[in-house]
Amino acid sequence: MAPLRTSSSRRLVVVGYGMVAHRLVDALGERSDWAVTVLGEENRPAYDRVNLSGYFASGDPDSLTLPIGATGSAELLLGEVAVSVDRQAQLVVTGSGRNVPYDVLVLATGSRPFVPPIDGRDAAGAFVYRTIDDLDAIRAYAADRRVGAVVGGGLLGLEAANALRSLGLETHVVEMAGWLMPQQVDEAGGQMLRRHVESLGVRLRLSSQTASVLVDDDVRVRGLAFADGTELAADLVVFSAGVRPRDELARECGLTVGERGGVVVDDQCLTSDPNVFAVGECAQLAGRVYGLVAPGYAMAETVAAQLVGREATFPGADTSTKLKLLGVDVASFGDAFGAVEGALELVYSDPVSGRYGKLVVTDDAKRLLGGILVGDASAYPTLRALAGSDQALPAEPALLILPSGNGEAGSVELSAAAQVCSCHNVTKGDICAAIHEQAIVDVGGIKACTKAGTGCGSCVPLLKKLLGAELSKAGVEMSTALCEHFAYSRAELFALVRVRQITTFSALIAEYGNGRGCDICKPAVASILASLGNGHIHSGEQAALQDTNDHFLANLQRNGTYSVVPRLPGGEVTPDKLLAIAQVAKDFNLYTKITGGQRIDLFGARVEQLPAIWRRLVDAGMESGHAYGKALRTVKSCVGQTWCRFGVQDSTSLAVMLELRYRGLRSPHKLKAGVSGCARECAEARGKDFGIIATETGWNLYLGGNGGFTPRHAELFATDLDTDTLVTFIDRFLMFYIRTADRLQRTAPWLESLEGGMGYLREVIVDDRLGICAELDAAMQRHVGSYRDEWRSVLEDPEKLRRFTSFVNAPGTPDPSITFVTERDQIRPPQPGEAPLIGGPRLKVVS
Amino acid sequence: MTAATELVLEHWVEVCEYHDLLPERGAAALVDGVQVAVFRLANGSLRALDNLDPCSGAYVLSRGIVGTSGTANSVNTVASPMHKQRFDLDTGQCLDDDSISVPTYPVRLVGESVQLDVS
Repeated sequence: MAPLRTSSSRRLVVVGYGMVAHRLVDALGERSDWAVTVLGEENRPAYDRVNLSGYFASGDPDSLTLPIGATGSAELLLGEVAVSVDRQAQLVVTGSGRNVPYDVLVLATGSRPFVPPIDGRDAAGAFVYRTIDDLDAIRAYAADRRVGAVVGGGLLGLEAANALRSLGLETHVVEMAGWLMPQQVDEAGGQMLRRHVESLGVRLRLSSQTASVLVDDDVRVRGLAFADGTELAADLVVFSAGVRPRDELARECGLTVGERGGVVVDDQCLTSDPNVFAVGECAQLAGRVYGLVAPGYAMAETVAAQLVGREATFPGADTSTKLKLLGVDVASFGDAFGAVEGALELVYSDPVSGRYGKLVVTDDAKRLLGGILVGDASAYPTLRALAGSDQALPAEPALLILPSGNGEAGSVELSAAAQVCSCHNVTKGDICAAIHEQAIVDVGGIKACTKAGTGCGSCVPLLKKLLGAELSKAGVEMSTALCEHFAYSRAELFALVRVRQITTFSALIAEYGNGRGCDICKPAVASILASLGNGHIHSGEQAALQDTNDHFLANLQRNGTYSVVPRLPGGEVTPDKLLAIAQVAKDFNLYTKITGGQRIDLFGARVEQLPAIWRRLVDAGMESGHAYGKALRTVKSCVGQTWCRFGVQDSTSLAVMLELRYRGLRSPHKLKAGVSGCARECAEARGKDFGIIATETGWNLYLGGNGGFTPRHAELFATDLDTDTLVTFIDRFLMFYIRTADRLQRTAPWLESLEGGMGYLREVIVDDRLGICAELDAAMQRHVGSYRDEWRSVLEDPEKLRRFTSFVNAPGTPDPSITFVTERDQIRPPQPGEAPLIGGPRLKVVS
Repeated sequence: MTAATELVLEHWVEVCEYHDLLPERGAAALVDGVQVAVFRLANGSLRALDNLDPCSGAYVLSRGIVGTSGTANSVNTVASPMHKQRFDLDTGQCLDDDSISVPTYPVRLVGESVQLDVS
């Protein structure tokens, strides 16, 4: 055990700031007594290197940044290289000449990509694939080039191939072994993977040893030469042929280093110096160097525990992996190659569907040792938890990997000790205890309480199953029924209404529900009917379904008055309209406030005043802002290129166009949007359900953001879109959301609940995987074509105007209960017990 | 009315015509200074509650959504538009809080005339 003391303000220095170092500092927590200094070689905070190729899809390096968490209290020295360690003086010397003293040092220097020592490897156009800077360099070089080759067909090589492919290059992968991913999958699995990868247009060259990089006269890459004398023409090459531990620092200061590299550590992650730990890919533990993040995280946790005075040893590595490479599920877990004596293999292989599954079981077929899945890894979370455990397999283990067996795998009862989340080492027992003790009812709750599912996310489907099982054990149904009147979810009702072409609530509840409805199902059905284009929201019996806001087309406030919001598309307003709004506010004595959505809200209107107020606003050229509806609210914008010296596109015009396009669109919840004219993001577009940020060449589209109780940034959906494509994608996104979301479910939780998330959404919207895009487009076209201002329609219809009375027997008499006081020269409702100083606005109703 | 009054006096006041009321919606009426919420149910029958929502202190019950609840949907309800507490239209009892109820008033239909008695 290291001579650690937990007296206050001991100095911990961490060299390296990758994922493992981040985990260590985060796990140490803000409450520890350690003064933590981190030296990060890269000029950016720690990021998710596992999902590096996502950077090419998003173009946004920040999207990979790891959450600050408890690292916020550490001193981060970014862009600062550690050049030597003086173990005598307990100092780290940095590239800028700084001496950083430590009491305890942790080496987390990671690894470097291995580049085979062949001719031409330093030519222009030869790259490695490790950091965001590497990716930037590849992208810059690839700009006007055609063919890219990746040397290495392992996990990282296929990631790199995906990156080249997403840059539009003809992509070749060169692998020495006879199949892809030889470390993780067997030959049969590798062949299945090959079929998938080749079908994507990636060219494979297996069993090929690269002899040299061919260069032209300017020493630029022009291709690869192989040991068998053949050649491949390529404009750039990426080496992804494995990694080597970065152990120079340790080597130079005399720490014990393994023969094949790696700082030698014991099971406490302690090096040969009792004041120095090593974690992650630079460490060699029991003769092994782990190139996966999960063992690195386990080392980080081991060290963090010791630093706060607890005993801890490395729990052993779980080298299971589940990946989506080039859109293909690949998983490998436990003893995947049947190394245990007497192990039996069960194999399922279907080249037609492209699925391959192998289970390695004990010689009595009672227990699962490991396995491989290619093409469909949905059974992975359960199988990984079973592998290596003492749990008995069902009588027919093959059912676990047969296509119809997905449900079977899920129905296996895991033992409490089974590790469900390997990233955070959370067992089924931990999760079930949290569900009961914290009264958790959704997966978000499990994530918050146990951290399970917040790492790679592969166990989230299993979390859902566990939650469902635990809740039903506790007698809680995870019911999707809308309310006591309908046993259907909102999405199911939407489909029923659409397919059966039902146009009234009465018809729907008579056929599919019971009773006469309530305040939950009536507005929900009203919204569905409105989304499907059934005329004015007050036509026919729909009038009776609307919540009071939609009934009076205004927002109910605490004292029974309403507020009024005219639409100001994109936040743009002429002085004349401003004057008209001001005059209305003045004449009706309304409290006036600028909203967060770039418009003006007028408060304190009584129901009988609403038509008179709106007549004035409509006459001045304004229309309903739908602030009262579950509908598009605003499309916030900056002034963009038109005025701003930084803007690169006309964000205001786009915002106005989008707001006019989607105005009046009824949806499961309110919809907000934003358009920013440059990456400075002044319109806060990423805090919206759909946000657009201008680029030099087009628009980046972000989906699924919101403020509110659980703020969330929208995620990048697509980049550099032209305006037509952008609008098409938003059309489909909105219509798909409207069809499938739950009642009052905003786009962020909806996206989270979509199996497959953003990737799946792209398949639906961009690739038309469900074959519904034409229908979604037509639905939006119908909406755009049939839009009418709701308030104008009301003003033109005496029948609809009749409801706007204070009292049915005294239509002109204001509600005597409504009073106001003044504050900062405007009205407000009195607090309880506060005497009203003035009466309410007493303007006569103009009819 | 005084404390000495022993006779039960009926005092019906017409507030509107039947067709002034929308099916499955309420309307507010002002009778002798009392705000009453009058509802027309799906089967055409009428109910009357006090218009004051005791949960929020605002006079808004007439603007709530009308529906049904309970076994065989036997309870006619209105939900406050403010914070959605539901009230039994027949008894005034709040279904979400036993300790809260609102007054009910006799209401009748005479021909086309909707009449209330708040005496």
